[in-house]
Amino acid sequence: MKPVTDQTPIMLKLAHKRIDSANFATLFFDYSLDFKPGQFVMIWIPGMDEKPYTISHHNKSRFGITIEAKGLFSKKAVAMEEGDLMGFRGPFGNGFHTISSSNIAVVAGGCGMAPLAPLVETLDRDIIFIHGARSKEFLLYRHRFDIQRQICTDDGSQGHKGFVTDLLEKEIINRKKTDKQPLEMVYTCGPEIMMHRVFLLCESFDIPCQVSLERYMRCGFGVCGACVCGEQVVCKDGPVFDSKRLRTMDDFNKIALLKSGKPVNMDQYFSWRCQS
Amino acid sequence: MKFLGKNLNNPLVLASGVLGNNKEILERVHKNGCGLVTMKSIGPAPRDGHKNPTVIDLGHGMINAVGLPTPGYAHMEEEWKALEKRNFPLNASIYGGSVKEYQAVAQFVTAKNPDFIEINISCPNSEEHGMIFGVNEKSAFDVVAAVKKVIDQPLIAKLTPQAPDIAKIAKACEDAGADAICAINTAGPGMVIDIEAQMPILAFKKGGLSGPMIKPIAIRCVYDIYKAVSIPIIGLGGVTTGEDAVEMIMAGASLVGIGSGVRYRGINIFNQVNQELNSWLTTHGTTLDKIRGAAHKTNCFQESAQ
Repeated sequence: MKPVTDQTPIMLKLAHKRIDSANFATLFFDYSLDFKPGQFVMIWIPGMDEKPYTISHHNKSRFGITIEAKGLFSKKAVAMEEGDLMGFRGPFGNGFHTISSSNIAVVAGGCGMAPLAPLVETLDRDIIFIHGARSKEFLLYRHRFDIQRQICTDDGSQGHKGFVTDLLEKEIINRKKTDKQPLEMVYTCGPEIMMHRVFLLCESFDIPCQVSLERYMRCGFGVCGACVCGEQVVCKDGPVFDSKRLRTMDDFNKIALLKSGKPVNMDQYFSWRCQS
Repeated sequence: MKFLGKNLNNPLVLASGVLGNNKEILERVHKNGCGLVTMKSIGPAPRDGHKNPTVIDLGHGMINAVGLPTPGYAHMEEEWKALEKRNFPLNASIYGGSVKEYQAVAQFVTAKNPDFIEINISCPNSEEHGMIFGVNEKSAFDVVAAVKKVIDQPLIAKLTPQAPDIAKIAKACEDAGADAICAINTAGPGMVIDIEAQMPILAFKKGGLSGPMIKPIAIRCVYDIYKAVSIPIIGLGGVTTGEDAVEMIMAGASLVGIGSGVRYRGINIFNQVNQELNSWLTTHGTTLDKIRGAAHKTNCFQESAQ
Protein backbone atom coordinates (compact mmCIF):
# COMPACT_ATOMS: atom_id res chain seq x y z
CA MET A 1 0.00 0.00 0.00
CA LYS A 2 1.23 3.51 -0.80
CA PRO A 3 2.08 5.35 2.41
CA VAL A 4 -0.12 8.36 3.16
CA THR A 5 2.13 11.40 3.21
CA ASP A 6 -0.31 14.27 2.73
CA GLN A 7 -2.16 14.15 6.06
CA THR A 8 -0.48 14.65 9.45
CA PRO A 9 3.19 15.62 9.09
CA ILE A 10 5.76 12.87 8.72
CA MET A 11 8.69 13.60 11.01
CA LEU A 12 12.12 13.10 9.53
CA LYS A 13 15.63 13.70 10.74
CA LEU A 14 17.60 16.16 8.71
CA ALA A 15 19.97 13.73 6.98
CA HIS A 16 22.31 16.22 5.41
CA LYS A 17 22.62 19.97 5.17
CA ARG A 18 24.54 21.44 2.29
CA ILE A 19 25.45 25.10 2.35
CA ASP A 20 25.08 26.20 -1.27
CA SER A 21 26.24 29.77 -0.75
CA ALA A 22 25.93 32.61 1.70
CA ASN A 23 22.21 32.81 0.86
CA PHE A 24 21.15 29.25 0.16
CA ALA A 25 21.22 25.91 1.93
CA THR A 26 19.78 22.59 0.82
CA LEU A 27 18.25 20.23 3.38
CA PHE A 28 18.18 16.52 2.51
CA PHE A 29 15.87 13.90 4.00
CA ASP A 30 16.16 10.15 3.57
CA TYR A 31 12.66 9.26 2.49
CA SER A 32 11.29 7.65 -0.63
CA LEU A 33 8.73 10.12 -1.90
CA ASP A 34 6.39 9.78 -4.85
CA PHE A 35 6.94 13.06 -6.65
CA LYS A 36 6.59 14.98 -9.89
CA PRO A 37 8.84 18.00 -10.68
CA GLY A 38 7.09 21.23 -9.70
CA GLN A 39 5.24 19.78 -6.72
CA PHE A 40 5.86 21.07 -3.20
CA VAL A 41 5.81 19.92 0.42
CA MET A 42 4.73 21.75 3.58
CA ILE A 43 7.75 21.85 5.88
CA TRP A 44 7.04 22.03 9.60
CA ILE A 45 9.51 23.19 12.20
CA PRO A 46 7.76 22.18 15.42
CA GLY A 47 7.03 25.16 17.62
CA MET A 48 7.86 27.59 14.82
CA ASP A 49 5.69 27.52 11.69
CA GLU A 50 4.97 25.52 8.55
CA LYS A 51 5.76 26.74 5.02
CA PRO A 52 5.58 25.41 1.48
CA TYR A 53 8.83 24.48 -0.26
CA THR A 54 9.26 23.02 -3.67
CA ILE A 55 11.32 19.86 -3.97
CA SER A 56 14.67 20.66 -5.55
CA HIS A 57 16.39 17.28 -5.32
CA HIS A 58 14.85 13.87 -5.67
CA ASN A 59 15.91 10.29 -6.04
CA LYS A 60 14.57 6.92 -4.96
CA SER A 61 15.66 7.23 -1.35
CA ARG A 62 16.17 10.92 -0.72
CA PHE A 63 14.63 14.32 -1.37
CA GLY A 64 15.90 17.81 -0.77
CA ILE A 65 14.60 21.34 -0.48
CA THR A 66 16.64 24.45 -1.15
CA ILE A 67 15.98 27.41 1.08
CA GLU A 68 16.92 31.04 0.66
CA ALA A 69 17.46 32.47 4.14
CA LYS A 70 15.57 35.75 4.15
CA GLY A 71 12.68 35.57 6.62
CA LEU A 72 12.26 34.30 10.18
CA PHE A 73 11.27 30.81 9.14
CA SER A 74 13.82 30.33 6.39
CA LYS A 75 16.64 31.58 8.63
CA LYS A 76 15.59 29.07 11.28
CA ALA A 77 15.34 26.34 8.63
CA VAL A 78 18.89 26.83 7.32
CA ALA A 79 20.14 26.90 10.92
CA MET A 80 18.76 23.39 11.55
CA GLU A 81 21.41 20.78 12.14
CA GLU A 82 21.80 17.26 10.89
CA GLY A 83 19.76 14.95 13.10
CA ASP A 84 17.18 17.66 13.93
CA LEU A 85 13.55 16.68 13.43
CA MET A 86 11.40 18.40 10.83
CA GLY A 87 7.98 17.46 9.53
CA PHE A 88 6.65 17.36 6.00
CA ARG A 89 3.25 16.93 4.36
CA GLY A 90 2.78 16.41 0.67
CA PRO A 91 3.71 16.42 -2.07
CA PHE A 92 0.99 18.85 -3.11
CA GLY A 93 0.10 20.62 -6.33
CA ASN A 94 0.08 19.61 -9.96
CA GLY A 95 3.71 19.83 -11.05
CA PHE A 96 5.01 20.59 -14.54
CA HIS A 97 3.46 18.96 -17.56
CA THR A 98 6.45 17.56 -19.41
CA ILE A 99 6.79 17.08 -23.13
CA SER A 100 9.41 15.14 -24.98
CA SER A 101 11.29 17.48 -27.28
CA SER A 102 14.61 19.26 -27.50
CA ASN A 103 12.94 22.50 -28.53
CA ILE A 104 12.42 23.51 -24.95
CA ALA A 105 13.67 26.45 -22.93
CA VAL A 106 13.95 26.50 -19.16
CA VAL A 107 14.21 29.97 -17.64
CA ALA A 108 15.21 30.19 -14.00
CA GLY A 109 15.49 33.30 -11.85
CA GLY A 110 17.10 33.27 -8.41
CA CYS A 111 15.63 30.59 -6.15
CA GLY A 112 13.16 29.83 -8.96
CA MET A 113 15.90 27.41 -10.01
CA ALA A 114 14.83 25.06 -7.18
CA PRO A 115 11.61 23.65 -8.71
CA LEU A 116 13.10 23.68 -12.21
CA ALA A 117 16.20 21.64 -11.36
CA PRO A 118 14.50 18.23 -11.01
CA LEU A 119 12.52 19.05 -14.17
CA VAL A 120 15.71 19.81 -16.11
CA GLU A 121 17.05 16.41 -15.06
CA THR A 122 14.14 14.73 -16.86
CA LEU A 123 14.47 16.75 -20.07
CA ASP A 124 16.66 16.32 -23.16
CA ARG A 125 20.24 17.49 -22.72
CA ASP A 126 20.15 19.89 -25.66
CA ILE A 127 17.47 22.18 -24.28
CA ILE A 128 17.98 25.92 -23.91
CA PHE A 129 18.75 26.64 -20.27
CA ILE A 130 18.73 30.27 -19.14
CA HIS A 131 19.67 31.13 -15.59
CA GLY A 132 19.50 34.60 -14.07
CA ALA A 133 20.05 36.07 -10.63
CA ARG A 134 20.70 39.39 -8.89
CA SER A 135 24.43 38.64 -8.78
CA LYS A 136 26.70 35.64 -9.11
CA GLU A 137 26.30 34.79 -5.40
CA PHE A 138 22.63 34.07 -6.08
CA LEU A 139 23.26 31.59 -8.91
CA LEU A 140 22.18 28.21 -7.57
CA TYR A 141 23.64 24.79 -8.41
CA ARG A 142 26.58 25.97 -10.48
CA HIS A 143 27.99 22.50 -10.99
CA ARG A 144 24.83 20.43 -10.95
CA PHE A 145 24.01 19.96 -14.64
CA ASP A 146 25.94 18.82 -17.66
CA ILE A 147 23.76 21.05 -19.77
CA GLN A 148 25.14 24.30 -21.07
CA ARG A 149 23.65 27.28 -19.26
CA GLN A 150 23.26 30.85 -20.45
CA ILE A 151 23.90 32.99 -17.40
CA CYS A 152 22.81 36.53 -16.72
CA THR A 153 22.96 38.73 -13.63
CA ASP A 154 21.37 42.06 -12.81
CA ASP A 155 24.76 43.52 -11.85
CA GLY A 156 26.84 41.80 -14.53
CA SER A 157 28.96 39.96 -11.95
CA GLN A 158 28.62 36.86 -14.12
CA GLY A 159 27.41 36.30 -17.67
CA HIS A 160 25.22 38.76 -19.54
CA LYS A 161 24.39 41.93 -17.61
CA GLY A 162 20.63 42.12 -17.87
CA PHE A 163 17.52 39.99 -17.77
CA VAL A 164 16.65 36.42 -18.64
CA THR A 165 14.11 37.77 -21.13
CA ASP A 166 16.95 39.42 -23.11
CA LEU A 167 18.53 35.99 -23.58
CA LEU A 168 15.23 34.23 -24.27
CA GLU A 169 14.19 36.79 -26.88
CA LYS A 170 17.57 36.51 -28.58
CA GLU A 171 17.21 32.73 -28.71
CA ILE A 172 13.69 32.93 -30.17
CA ILE A 173 14.74 35.42 -32.84
CA ASN A 174 17.92 33.48 -33.67
CA ARG A 175 15.84 30.38 -34.26
CA LYS A 176 13.62 32.28 -36.66
CA LYS A 177 16.59 33.67 -38.58
CA THR A 178 18.39 30.35 -38.86
CA ASP A 179 15.32 28.28 -39.71
CA LYS A 180 15.78 26.25 -36.54
CA GLN A 181 12.70 24.62 -35.04
CA PRO A 182 10.82 27.13 -32.90
CA LEU A 183 10.55 26.50 -29.16
CA GLU A 184 7.67 24.20 -28.26
CA MET A 185 7.61 24.97 -24.55
CA VAL A 186 9.14 27.40 -22.08
CA TYR A 187 9.25 26.46 -18.40
CA THR A 188 9.91 29.26 -15.96
CA CYS A 189 10.12 30.01 -12.28
CA GLY A 190 11.46 33.08 -10.53
CA PRO A 191 10.16 36.41 -9.31
CA GLU A 192 6.58 36.85 -10.50
CA ILE A 193 7.43 39.98 -12.48
CA MET A 194 10.08 37.99 -14.36
CA MET A 195 7.69 35.11 -15.05
CA HIS A 196 5.12 37.60 -16.29
CA ARG A 197 7.64 39.06 -18.72
CA VAL A 198 8.58 35.58 -19.92
CA PHE A 199 4.88 34.84 -20.39
CA LEU A 200 4.29 38.04 -22.40
CA LEU A 201 7.34 37.36 -24.53
CA CYS A 202 6.14 33.81 -25.23
CA GLU A 203 2.67 35.12 -26.04
CA SER A 204 4.07 37.52 -28.61
CA PHE A 205 5.79 34.60 -30.37
CA ASP A 206 2.99 32.06 -29.86
CA ILE A 207 5.11 29.81 -27.69
CA PRO A 208 3.34 27.94 -24.89
CA CYS A 209 4.83 28.33 -21.45
CA GLN A 210 4.36 27.03 -17.92
CA VAL A 211 5.04 29.13 -14.85
CA SER A 212 5.17 28.14 -11.18
CA LEU A 213 3.43 30.63 -8.87
CA GLU A 214 3.85 31.29 -5.16
CA ARG A 215 1.22 32.51 -2.68
CA TYR A 216 0.79 32.40 1.10
CA MET A 217 -0.57 28.93 1.89
CA ARG A 218 -2.23 27.17 4.77
CA CYS A 219 -3.78 23.77 4.02
CA GLY A 220 -1.88 22.87 0.84
CA PHE A 221 -4.81 20.87 -0.54
CA GLY A 222 -7.28 23.37 -1.92
CA VAL A 223 -9.72 23.92 0.92
CA CYS A 224 -8.82 27.00 2.96
CA GLY A 225 -8.58 29.46 0.07
CA ALA A 226 -5.60 31.42 1.43
CA CYS A 227 -3.64 31.09 -1.82
CA VAL A 228 -6.27 32.00 -4.41
CA CYS A 229 -5.09 33.89 -7.49
CA GLY A 230 -8.34 34.99 -9.10
CA GLU A 231 -10.42 31.83 -9.37
CA GLN A 232 -7.40 29.56 -9.30
CA VAL A 233 -6.34 27.81 -6.10
CA VAL A 234 -2.55 27.93 -6.35
CA CYS A 235 -1.81 24.99 -3.99
CA LYS A 236 -4.23 22.65 -5.74
CA ASP A 237 -4.86 23.85 -9.31
CA GLY A 238 -1.23 24.97 -9.48
CA PRO A 239 1.37 25.90 -8.54
CA VAL A 240 2.16 25.37 -12.24
CA PHE A 241 -0.09 27.18 -14.70
CA ASP A 242 0.10 27.07 -18.49
CA SER A 243 -0.38 29.89 -20.99
CA LYS A 244 -4.00 29.06 -21.63
CA ARG A 245 -4.81 29.37 -17.94
CA LEU A 246 -2.58 32.40 -17.38
CA ARG A 247 -4.51 34.33 -20.02
CA THR A 248 -7.57 34.12 -17.76
CA MET A 249 -5.74 35.01 -14.55
CA ASP A 250 -6.09 38.74 -14.09
CA ASP A 251 -4.34 38.59 -10.72
CA PHE A 252 -1.13 37.10 -12.20
CA ASN A 253 1.67 39.57 -11.35
CA LYS A 254 -0.92 41.96 -9.92
CA ILE A 255 -2.65 40.75 -6.75
CA ALA A 256 -1.83 38.38 -3.90
CA LEU A 257 -3.52 37.90 -0.55
CA LEU A 258 -1.86 38.71 2.75
CA LYS A 259 -2.29 36.36 5.69
CA SER A 260 -5.42 38.30 6.71
CA GLY A 261 -6.92 37.62 3.28
CA LYS A 262 -6.45 41.21 2.17
CA PRO A 263 -5.60 41.51 -1.52
CA VAL A 264 -2.58 43.74 -2.19
CA ASN A 265 -0.25 44.47 -5.09
CA MET A 266 2.83 42.29 -5.60
CA ASP A 267 5.29 44.79 -4.12
CA GLN A 268 3.37 44.95 -0.85
CA TYR A 269 2.97 41.18 -0.90
CA PHE A 270 6.68 40.45 -1.34
CA SER A 271 7.86 42.96 1.22
CA TRP A 272 5.56 41.24 3.73
CA ARG A 273 6.61 37.72 2.65
CA CYS A 274 10.29 38.49 3.09
CA GLN A 275 9.76 39.31 6.76
CA SER A 276 7.59 36.41 7.87
CA MET B 1 -35.87 26.52 -5.44
CA LYS B 2 -36.79 29.28 -2.99
CA PHE B 3 -35.02 29.89 0.30
CA LEU B 4 -36.16 32.78 2.48
CA GLY B 5 -37.58 34.48 -0.58
CA LYS B 6 -34.44 34.13 -2.71
CA ASN B 7 -34.00 31.90 -5.73
CA LEU B 8 -31.31 29.24 -5.45
CA ASN B 9 -30.31 26.82 -8.21
CA ASN B 10 -30.09 23.93 -5.78
CA PRO B 11 -30.01 23.17 -2.04
CA LEU B 12 -26.21 23.09 -1.68
CA VAL B 13 -24.29 25.71 0.29
CA LEU B 14 -20.56 26.43 0.48
CA ALA B 15 -19.60 26.45 4.16
CA SER B 16 -17.98 29.55 5.54
CA GLY B 17 -14.20 29.43 5.83
CA VAL B 18 -13.75 27.19 2.82
CA LEU B 19 -12.37 28.92 -0.30
CA GLY B 20 -14.57 32.06 -0.31
CA ASN B 21 -11.64 34.49 -0.29
CA ASN B 22 -12.55 36.52 -3.35
CA LYS B 23 -15.32 37.02 -5.88
CA GLU B 24 -13.70 34.90 -8.57
CA ILE B 25 -13.39 31.76 -6.47
CA LEU B 26 -16.92 32.19 -5.08
CA GLU B 27 -18.18 32.43 -8.65
CA ARG B 28 -16.25 29.31 -9.62
CA VAL B 29 -17.79 27.37 -6.73
CA HIS B 30 -21.22 28.61 -7.83
CA LYS B 31 -20.55 27.51 -11.40
CA ASN B 32 -19.55 24.10 -10.09
CA GLY B 33 -23.02 23.47 -8.74
CA CYS B 34 -23.25 25.32 -5.44
CA GLY B 35 -26.62 27.02 -4.88
CA LEU B 36 -25.42 29.46 -2.24
CA VAL B 37 -21.82 30.47 -1.57
CA THR B 38 -20.60 31.86 1.74
CA MET B 39 -17.77 34.34 2.14
CA LYS B 40 -15.04 33.82 4.69
CA SER B 41 -16.15 35.31 8.01
CA ILE B 42 -15.69 39.07 8.15
CA GLY B 43 -14.51 40.46 11.46
CA PRO B 44 -14.31 43.84 13.17
CA ALA B 45 -10.57 44.47 12.71
CA PRO B 46 -7.70 43.22 10.53
CA ARG B 47 -6.53 39.85 11.79
CA ASP B 48 -3.88 37.46 10.48
CA GLY B 49 -5.12 34.28 12.10
CA HIS B 50 -2.77 31.73 13.58
CA LYS B 51 0.62 30.52 12.46
CA ASN B 52 0.76 27.27 10.51
CA PRO B 53 0.06 24.41 10.80
CA THR B 54 -3.55 25.58 10.72
CA VAL B 55 -5.30 22.92 8.64
CA ILE B 56 -4.45 19.22 8.72
CA ASP B 57 -6.26 16.38 7.00
CA LEU B 58 -6.74 13.32 9.18
CA GLY B 59 -8.13 11.12 6.43
CA HIS B 60 -11.55 10.74 8.03
CA GLY B 61 -11.94 14.49 8.35
CA MET B 62 -9.89 17.53 9.15
CA ILE B 63 -8.75 19.53 12.15
CA ASN B 64 -8.24 23.26 11.79
CA ALA B 65 -7.45 26.37 13.76
CA VAL B 66 -7.05 29.02 11.10
CA GLY B 67 -8.02 31.67 13.63
CA LEU B 68 -10.55 33.86 11.80
CA PRO B 69 -8.22 35.81 9.51
CA THR B 70 -9.96 38.86 8.07
CA PRO B 71 -8.95 42.10 6.39
CA GLY B 72 -11.52 43.71 8.73
CA TYR B 73 -14.89 44.92 7.51
CA ALA B 74 -13.77 48.49 6.95
CA HIS B 75 -10.87 47.43 4.71
CA MET B 76 -12.67 45.46 2.04
CA GLU B 77 -13.92 48.13 -0.34
CA GLU B 78 -12.44 46.53 -3.44
CA GLU B 79 -13.84 43.11 -2.62
CA TRP B 80 -17.30 44.56 -2.10
CA LYS B 81 -17.04 46.56 -5.29
CA ALA B 82 -16.23 43.37 -7.22
CA LEU B 83 -19.11 41.54 -5.51
CA GLU B 84 -21.64 44.23 -6.41
CA LYS B 85 -21.68 42.93 -9.98
CA ARG B 86 -22.07 39.27 -9.06
CA ASN B 87 -24.50 36.91 -10.74
CA PHE B 88 -24.85 34.45 -7.87
CA PRO B 89 -26.53 34.47 -4.45
CA LEU B 90 -24.15 35.43 -1.66
CA ASN B 91 -24.12 34.64 2.03
CA ALA B 92 -21.92 37.01 4.06
CA SER B 93 -20.58 35.50 7.26
CA ILE B 94 -19.66 37.89 10.07
CA TYR B 95 -18.19 37.64 13.56
CA GLY B 96 -17.30 39.90 16.47
CA GLY B 97 -16.01 39.84 20.01
CA SER B 98 -18.93 41.70 21.55
CA VAL B 99 -22.53 42.51 20.66
CA LYS B 100 -21.37 45.98 19.67
CA GLU B 101 -18.72 44.58 17.33
CA TYR B 102 -21.22 42.20 15.71
CA GLN B 103 -23.53 45.15 15.20
CA ALA B 104 -20.83 47.36 13.72
CA VAL B 105 -19.79 44.68 11.23
CA ALA B 106 -23.43 43.86 10.42
CA GLN B 107 -24.35 47.49 9.86
CA PHE B 108 -21.54 47.85 7.37
CA VAL B 109 -22.12 44.55 5.61
CA THR B 110 -25.88 45.00 5.21
CA ALA B 111 -25.24 48.12 3.13
CA LYS B 112 -23.17 46.02 0.72
CA ASN B 113 -26.27 44.05 -0.09
CA PRO B 114 -25.39 40.38 0.24
CA ASP B 115 -28.39 38.06 -0.12
CA PHE B 116 -28.07 36.68 3.40
CA ILE B 117 -26.08 37.51 6.51
CA GLU B 118 -24.80 34.59 8.53
CA ILE B 119 -23.63 35.36 12.03
CA ASN B 120 -20.91 33.08 13.24
CA ILE B 121 -21.53 32.63 16.96
CA SER B 122 -19.70 29.38 17.01
CA CYS B 123 -16.08 29.52 15.97
CA PRO B 124 -13.84 27.72 18.45
CA ASN B 125 -10.58 28.87 16.92
CA SER B 126 -9.94 32.14 18.61
CA GLU B 127 -9.76 32.91 22.28
CA GLU B 128 -11.83 36.02 22.16
CA HIS B 129 -14.26 35.71 19.26
CA GLY B 130 -17.71 34.30 18.93
CA MET B 131 -17.77 31.02 20.76
CA ILE B 132 -19.23 32.27 24.01
CA PHE B 133 -22.35 33.57 22.24
CA GLY B 134 -23.12 30.18 20.80
CA VAL B 135 -23.04 28.14 23.99
CA ASN B 136 -25.41 30.28 26.05
CA GLU B 137 -29.07 30.93 25.24
CA LYS B 138 -29.16 34.47 26.57
CA SER B 139 -26.03 35.66 24.80
CA ALA B 140 -27.16 33.95 21.59
CA PHE B 141 -30.52 35.74 21.88
CA ASP B 142 -28.87 39.10 22.57
CA VAL B 143 -26.46 39.02 19.67
CA VAL B 144 -29.05 37.78 17.16
CA ALA B 145 -31.58 40.41 18.30
CA ALA B 146 -28.96 43.16 18.10
CA VAL B 147 -27.82 42.19 14.61
CA LYS B 148 -31.38 41.61 13.35
CA LYS B 149 -32.22 45.21 14.25
CA VAL B 150 -29.56 46.66 11.97
CA ILE B 151 -29.72 44.46 8.85
CA ASP B 152 -32.06 44.28 5.86
CA GLN B 153 -31.24 40.74 4.79
CA PRO B 154 -32.43 37.42 6.21
CA LEU B 155 -30.32 36.46 9.21
CA ILE B 156 -28.80 33.00 9.51
CA ALA B 157 -27.40 31.99 12.90
CA LYS B 158 -24.47 29.56 12.68
CA LEU B 159 -24.34 27.32 15.72
CA THR B 160 -21.75 25.21 17.47
CA PRO B 161 -22.20 21.60 18.54
CA GLN B 162 -20.34 22.54 21.71
CA ALA B 163 -23.52 24.03 23.16
CA PRO B 164 -24.84 21.83 25.96
CA ASP B 165 -28.24 21.83 24.23
CA ILE B 166 -28.03 23.11 20.68
CA ALA B 167 -31.82 22.96 20.22
CA LYS B 168 -32.28 25.51 23.01
CA ILE B 169 -29.74 27.84 21.41
CA ALA B 170 -31.53 27.46 18.08
CA LYS B 171 -34.85 28.31 19.75
CA ALA B 172 -33.30 31.37 21.40
CA CYS B 173 -32.04 32.50 17.98
CA GLU B 174 -35.47 31.97 16.45
CA ASP B 175 -37.09 33.95 19.26
CA ALA B 176 -34.58 36.74 18.69
CA GLY B 177 -35.57 37.00 15.03
CA ALA B 178 -33.21 34.66 13.19
CA ASP B 179 -34.62 33.64 9.82
CA ALA B 180 -32.67 30.40 9.59
CA ILE B 181 -30.26 28.23 11.53
CA CYS B 182 -27.01 26.92 10.13
CA ALA B 183 -25.64 23.90 11.98
CA ILE B 184 -23.04 22.83 12.68
CA ASN B 185 -19.72 24.61 12.88
CA THR B 186 -16.69 22.43 13.58
CA ALA B 187 -16.91 20.00 16.48
CA GLY B 188 -14.56 19.60 19.38
CA PRO B 189 -12.21 21.30 19.76
CA GLY B 190 -9.85 18.42 19.33
CA MET B 191 -6.12 17.98 19.43
CA VAL B 192 -3.61 15.94 17.50
CA ILE B 193 -0.17 15.43 19.02
CA ASP B 194 2.82 14.44 16.97
CA ILE B 195 4.54 11.83 19.07
CA GLU B 196 7.95 12.37 17.47
CA ALA B 197 7.86 16.13 17.93
CA GLN B 198 6.08 15.60 21.24
CA MET B 199 3.80 18.54 20.69
CA PRO B 200 0.40 19.38 19.24
CA ILE B 201 0.58 19.69 15.45
CA LEU B 202 -1.62 22.77 15.18
CA ALA B 203 0.18 25.96 16.14
CA PHE B 204 -2.95 26.93 18.11
CA LYS B 205 -2.78 23.44 19.66
CA LYS B 206 -6.55 22.88 19.61
CA GLY B 207 -8.73 22.93 16.53
CA GLY B 208 -12.21 22.31 15.21
CA LEU B 209 -13.04 18.94 13.68
CA SER B 210 -14.84 18.70 10.37
CA GLY B 211 -15.51 16.23 7.59
CA PRO B 212 -16.94 12.70 7.60
CA MET B 213 -15.91 11.99 11.22
CA ILE B 214 -18.37 14.59 12.56
CA LYS B 215 -21.36 13.72 10.37
CA PRO B 216 -23.22 11.78 13.09
CA ILE B 217 -22.90 14.77 15.43
CA ALA B 218 -24.18 17.11 12.72
CA ILE B 219 -27.11 14.82 11.93
CA ARG B 220 -28.06 14.61 15.60
CA CYS B 221 -27.85 18.41 16.01
CA VAL B 222 -29.98 19.10 12.94
CA TYR B 223 -32.46 16.48 14.13
CA ASP B 224 -32.73 18.15 17.56
CA ILE B 225 -32.97 21.66 16.10
CA TYR B 226 -35.68 20.61 13.64
CA LYS B 227 -37.84 19.54 16.57
CA ALA B 228 -37.28 22.82 18.39
CA VAL B 229 -37.76 25.50 15.72
CA SER B 230 -39.97 26.26 12.76
CA ILE B 231 -37.43 28.29 10.76
CA PRO B 232 -35.45 26.48 8.04
CA ILE B 233 -32.11 24.81 8.75
CA ILE B 234 -28.92 24.70 6.71
CA GLY B 235 -27.48 21.34 7.72
CA LEU B 236 -23.77 20.81 7.39
CA GLY B 237 -21.03 18.68 8.83
CA GLY B 238 -19.34 15.84 7.00
CA VAL B 239 -21.48 15.78 3.87
CA THR B 240 -19.51 14.41 0.93
CA THR B 241 -22.11 12.46 -1.08
CA GLY B 242 -25.69 12.74 -2.29
CA GLU B 243 -26.68 10.07 0.23
CA ASP B 244 -25.17 12.19 3.02
CA ALA B 245 -27.29 15.11 1.79
CA VAL B 246 -30.41 12.92 1.83
CA GLU B 247 -29.60 11.95 5.42
CA MET B 248 -29.15 15.59 6.41
CA ILE B 249 -32.46 16.54 4.79
CA MET B 250 -34.24 13.65 6.50
CA ALA B 251 -32.89 14.99 9.80
CA GLY B 252 -34.62 18.25 8.96
CA ALA B 253 -32.34 20.39 6.79
CA SER B 254 -33.73 22.58 4.00
CA LEU B 255 -30.30 23.31 2.55
CA VAL B 256 -27.14 21.25 2.87
CA GLY B 257 -23.69 22.73 3.37
CA ILE B 258 -20.39 21.34 2.12
CA GLY B 259 -16.95 22.40 3.34
CA SER B 260 -14.29 19.81 4.03
CA GLY B 261 -15.79 17.68 1.27
CA VAL B 262 -13.86 19.90 -1.16
CA ARG B 263 -10.71 18.17 0.12
CA TYR B 264 -12.02 14.74 -0.82
CA ARG B 265 -13.77 15.40 -4.13
CA GLY B 266 -12.52 18.81 -5.31
CA ILE B 267 -14.60 21.89 -6.15
CA ASN B 268 -16.76 19.79 -8.45
CA ILE B 269 -18.16 18.03 -5.37
CA PHE B 270 -21.19 20.32 -5.62
CA ASN B 271 -22.12 19.05 -9.09
CA GLN B 272 -21.50 15.49 -7.98
CA VAL B 273 -23.61 15.73 -4.83
CA ASN B 274 -26.46 17.42 -6.74
CA GLN B 275 -26.39 14.65 -9.29
CA GLU B 276 -26.32 11.92 -6.64
CA LEU B 277 -29.06 13.62 -4.64
CA ASN B 278 -31.32 13.98 -7.68
CA SER B 279 -30.72 10.45 -8.80
CA TRP B 280 -31.57 9.18 -5.31
CA LEU B 281 -34.80 11.19 -5.34
CA THR B 282 -35.69 9.89 -8.79
CA THR B 283 -34.93 6.28 -7.91
CA HIS B 284 -37.13 6.58 -4.84
CA GLY B 285 -39.84 8.52 -6.65
CA THR B 286 -39.79 11.30 -4.09
CA THR B 287 -38.89 14.99 -3.69
CA LEU B 288 -36.86 17.18 -1.36
CA ASP B 289 -40.03 18.48 0.29
CA LYS B 290 -41.30 14.97 0.96
CA ILE B 291 -38.12 13.71 2.62
CA ARG B 292 -37.43 16.80 4.73
CA GLY B 293 -37.64 15.75 8.36
CA ALA B 294 -38.73 12.27 7.31
CA ALA B 295 -36.63 10.72 10.07
CA HIS B 296 -38.89 12.34 12.65
CA LYS B 297 -41.89 10.17 11.98
CA THR B 298 -42.84 7.91 14.88
CA ASN B 299 -40.92 4.69 14.73
CA CYS B 300 -42.46 1.23 14.31
CA PHE B 301 -41.71 0.13 17.84
CA GLN B 302 -43.63 3.01 19.37
CA GLU B 303 -46.52 2.51 16.98
CA SER B 304 -46.88 -1.15 17.77
CA ALA B 305 -46.54 -0.50 21.48
CA GLN B 306 -49.49 1.84 21.47
